[in-house]
Amino acid sequence: MSTPAEDVKPLAKKKKKVPFNYSPYVRGGKLPHIWCPGCGHGIVLKCLLRALHTTEISKDDIAMVSGIGCSSRTPGYVDFNTLHTLHGRALAYATGLKMAKPKLKVIVTTGDGDALAIGGNHFIHACRRNLDMTILVYNNSIYGMTSGQSSPTTPQGKISTTGRYGNIEPTFDTCSLAQAAGATFVARGTAYHFQELEKVIFEAMMHKGTSVVDVIDACPTYYGRFNKYKTPTEMMEKIEKEGTVSVKQADKLLPEELQGKLLRGVLYKSDRPEYCEEYNKLVIAVQAK
Amino acid sequence: MAVAEKRIFRIEIDDRLCKGCNLCVDFCPTNVLTMDGNLVVVKDLDACNGCQLCDNRCPDFAIQVFEE
Ligand code: SF4
Ligand code: SF4
Ligand code: SF4
Repeated sequence: MSTPAEDVKPLAKKKKKVPFNYSPYVRGGKLPHIWCPGCGHGIVLKCLLRALHTTEISKDDIAMVSGIGCSSRTPGYVDFNTLHTLHGRALAYATGLKMAKPKLKVIVTTGDGDALAIGGNHFIHACRRNLDMTILVYNNSIYGMTSGQSSPTTPQGKISTTGRYGNIEPTFDTCSLAQAAGATFVARGTAYHFQELEKVIFEAMMHKGTSVVDVIDACPTYYGRFNKYKTPTEMMEKIEKEGTVSVKQADKLLPEELQGKLLRGVLYKSDRPEYCEEYNKLVIAVQAK
Repeated sequence: MAVAEKRIFRIEIDDRLCKGCNLCVDFCPTNVLTMDGNLVVVKDLDACNGCQLCDNRCPDFAIQVFEE
């Protein structure tokens, strides 16, 4: 006969919910950050830190590079190797860094203006070379830091300081551009869909080759104010939630239902020789001659 | 055997970091939070379900929810 003690199974201990501890990744004393109340960049940064934590890459093996703009302030707040460079030139610096130290995990944080306008050439050629690095484009459809000029992703008809009567220029689609230029991992997320964003950033970092993530987020101070969004919450709901569809859902929708919506998720993935490795092979071959 | 259990949460708000953007208030599914001037405050802790939406949508590292 069994004793009562054997009959009674201890109640399975439920795991208590603990929030993510950001402090090991945040540079001491640097918070609060400079971003405006409700700016999406802080949410993106948090997703990035959680994704980096999941990769288990040591902090010393990570290098974060940026250009100029609100999003380019990101490296100033993180406790990795960081490089804050010139407007539009983050990818040129990142390329040099990766070539010199191929073991580093290089992450570039840039904005729609920095990456696609002033740095547009660097962007397409980085993608073409397929250098192993992750490019996060914080895409809020406007130049925030310089007070709200149109960027290559400002939608037609929307207001900016340089488009007071509505922007007439067609936009760049970051993901199509990256894919056409040769990036081997292309994805999109939003600050609203934080779990998905964390996941695609993680996948982008684990990918070998140039990975690009177009991150839709909000600039309440300029884009929001000019375009009559009353609150950061309204911007997240209208632009990020209602303005996007996940690739999985998209299969079930009619073309008219997809009109005007951006796709979220991993949009393209391929396998192509990586630039540093090809370069190394060439060095070995030439030296052997 | 019946087990009655109540989950208890502790909400920590760093008033040095909160910028009063209202995102956490708007996205909290159970109306736990409210604004007091420019700072978020807890008005109904009992209603908190620990979902951590407030933390995940806070751009400022200002709010975290711990289970006691
Ligand atoms: S100007 Fe816009 S993008 Fe820049 S910090 Fe403010 S809200 Fe964010
Ligand atoms: S954890 Fe969830 S329920 Fe609790 S305050 Fe935050 S958002 Fe509200
Ligand atoms: S989301 Fe963060 S910064 Fe905004 S009101 Fe809530 S705690 Fe404050």
